Amino acid sequence: MMRELGPIASSLGRNKFGAILIAAQIALTLGFLANALNIVEFRLSWSSRPSGMDEANVFAIRSESVDASADPAARVSADLSVLRALPDVVDAFAASSFPLAGGGWMSSVNLDPDQAMWTTITGIYFADEHGLDTLGARLVAGRNFRADEITDRHSADKPNTSVLIVTKALADKLFPAGDALGKDIYVDSGNHPERIVGIVERLEGPITTASGPSRLVAEHSVLLPYRPVGDRANYLVRARPGHLNVSMKSAERALFAIDADRILRTRSMAEIRANAYRGDHGLVVLLLGVSVALVLVTGFGIVGLTSYWVAQRRRQIGIRRALGATRCDIVRYFQMENLLIAAGGAAAGIAFALALNLWLVDSFEMLRMDGSQAIVGAILMLILGQLAVIWPALRAASIPPALATR
Amino acid sequence: MFPYYLELALRSLRRNAVLTTLMVTAIGVGIGASMTTLTVFRAMSGDPIPAKSRQLFRPQIQSRGPDGADRESEDGLQTDLSYLDAMAWMRAHQAVRQTVTYASGLTVRPADPKQKPFRADVRAAYNDFFPMFAVPFAFGSPWTHADDDDRSAVVVLTRALNDRLFGGSNSVGKTLRLGNEPYTVVGVLNDWLPIPRFYDLQVVPFGESDQLFIPFTHAIDRQLEVDGSTSCSDDRQAGFPDLLQSNCIWLQYWVELPTAADVAKYRLFLNNYAAEQQRSGRYAWPPRTELRNVREWLAYRHIVPNEMGVLMLLSFGFLAVCLLNAAGLLLAKLMGRAGDIGVRRALGASRTAIFVQCLIETGMVGLAGGLLGLLLTSLGLLAARSLLTADFVALTHLDLADVGIAIALAVTATLLAGLYPTWRAAQVQPGWQLKAP
Repeated sequence: MMRELGPIASSLGRNKFGAILIAAQIALTLGFLANALNIVEFRLSWSSRPSGMDEANVFAIRSESVDASADPAARVSADLSVLRALPDVVDAFAASSFPLAGGGWMSSVNLDPDQAMWTTITGIYFADEHGLDTLGARLVAGRNFRADEITDRHSADKPNTSVLIVTKALADKLFPAGDALGKDIYVDSGNHPERIVGIVERLEGPITTASGPSRLVAEHSVLLPYRPVGDRANYLVRARPGHLNVSMKSAERALFAIDADRILRTRSMAEIRANAYRGDHGLVVLLLGVSVALVLVTGFGIVGLTSYWVAQRRRQIGIRRALGATRCDIVRYFQMENLLIAAGGAAAGIAFALALNLWLVDSFEMLRMDGSQAIVGAILMLILGQLAVIWPALRAASIPPALATR
Repeated sequence: MFPYYLELALRSLRRNAVLTTLMVTAIGVGIGASMTTLTVFRAMSGDPIPAKSRQLFRPQIQSRGPDGADRESEDGLQTDLSYLDAMAWMRAHQAVRQTVTYASGLTVRPADPKQKPFRADVRAAYNDFFPMFAVPFAFGSPWTHADDDDRSAVVVLTRALNDRLFGGSNSVGKTLRLGNEPYTVVGVLNDWLPIPRFYDLQVVPFGESDQLFIPFTHAIDRQLEVDGSTSCSDDRQAGFPDLLQSNCIWLQYWVELPTAADVAKYRLFLNNYAAEQQRSGRYAWPPRTELRNVREWLAYRHIVPNEMGVLMLLSFGFLAVCLLNAAGLLLAKLMGRAGDIGVRRALGASRTAIFVQCLIETGMVGLAGGLLGLLLTSLGLLAARSLLTADFVALTHLDLADVGIAIALAVTATLLAGLYPTWRAAQVQPGWQLKAP
């Protein structure tokens, strides 16, 4: 085995340009591949984070009155009692925004009303006592809102509240000691304290963008005991398991029965999730597409150059065969040769991948790579080289020894 | 000589069809990938209003104290304006043209009872908005200054909305019900879609949005809520009347300043205004001000997402790999013909002649690769259109410049890649090759 290395090295020395081309291709391919995989991995894990909701059974209805109604609060009450009475519906509430909605109200959170710089940022949701049940969010400490704590909130007034529910992520950020329950905090930019009466295990904020500062507060949410009242309403409805489609239709019919002169938009959470992460999934498909094409092009490049080397060395191969080399020896020669080149390329590629990643982190705010993608990519490159060389090597092995005599 | 070389090149390319196909495919795929991202990138980072991008300016004022610096803008200045500052600037009337604007929404109730009511995106602006941004009209004209002053219920429609509501006919003078109120149509736009939508980057910077335009003064009277961000610092706001009295920032402001003297004058005005606000006690700090034109504004707001930069980098890396690949294959191809070249040299062809001939062959491969690349680019744009968010739809079309760039890129890149193989081919020794079997 080792005996072959000498001749391979000396023959590579005569074909420097070709060998360098293949090694450079492998290095570049590896560098881009590893970074693309790094981004793909992050986007996939980002877009598959659980929202903390019972997404499979929840849908959202946006209702908008064509003419401003005289008593919007009565309208919301009527809508909600009809929705909650539907046979396939578990519960419903009027939401200001909800996880995966893509837009909503973000607010600073303070521990002290006079502090100059806020402590952190959170998404704000309004919910009544039906909110947690409808969302399917799990309380891990404290309690739900009581009906007597809920106030109507029109866009034109600002009732104070003294209770709120936070997510565990926000509670841990504000009170790392884990004693958030019962503490007072200041959200909603006021100087009126609000007490944490409940902590839910998980509830994503409304913003889903993977880049930018909002990523760091994506798990921070606060529920305030308000029922939003206005001419535009967002109802979240939780259907009995397996009855989502039926209840989406019956909910629309029921709302139109109250007032036909309105615009309804009904979407399942699955649809809302797909829409929220459409950009992330598009990027993943594009990156994977380019990566596959990159690997294919590199593979075919190796096939092409190796075939050329085989054609160039027909006579020498014939002589080796005539001197007693078996077909296996010939195949092994080309595989060893490719392994040498690919290993050189892969080593350079790992360095290139890490350097490229540092630069991407620096100028495009991408995530740091832990090196595992580069190693996986390097192994892939070695396998690719071995696969690509099989066909030309077999052709080389089929050169008859008699060729040497001509 | 040239036609003969072309014929020779064609013949040689045909003789080794597999290698030729591999080369053309490699270059085509590389060009396709890089042109797809380049086209989208160019559209995203393009100048939305080339004729006036250096005359339209976005003024800014530091409406928050040093503690409230905007973390997302590089100089910490707030990007939007409060109603108080915006109205003070409108009243001062220090620019040739000026408008304050914001996005909102209204329910459209079509006159045709068969059509269902729907929600439309509304832009509230002053009448200067239309001449400032060179907005083309199909029918009618912008509303008048008097309409702005009288806070009139008048509306300008986009062409698409006019098609939907009035069957594309001239609807000027007709009445359109928005919510509970009747509006008089004064104008219908011609196709107009600046990309990116520079005048308000908050809502959908790439793609269609505004469908209706109404006077800002009227929108304020109707208390139309903003679709977009409202950012408040200290005082919690409740409802529209409070918003108008607050330092919450939610408005976009644009001025047209045709000459350098106008710009200088406006800067002076902004500085004086800022100093005056500090003196009157409204701001407890010396507020910085800034005046950026459209290009500077787009750069400042970083509207091209980072992912786009990464994607572009990746696809040009891909092109580099494809070219390395093509270089290898070209070497294989030209050296495979060392025998022929030796014969030609022996028959008297000079090195230059061989070099030129091989270069022509390489160029033809590049040209074919470029054409294939164009085909793949249009496929790639189709794919991008279905994969990326709907906002990008408007971006994905190839124009003549893109076609030129693709072909030029393919041919030059291939020629560069083929330089070494071609040089090697020209070095072939006639005698040595002729002796070989």
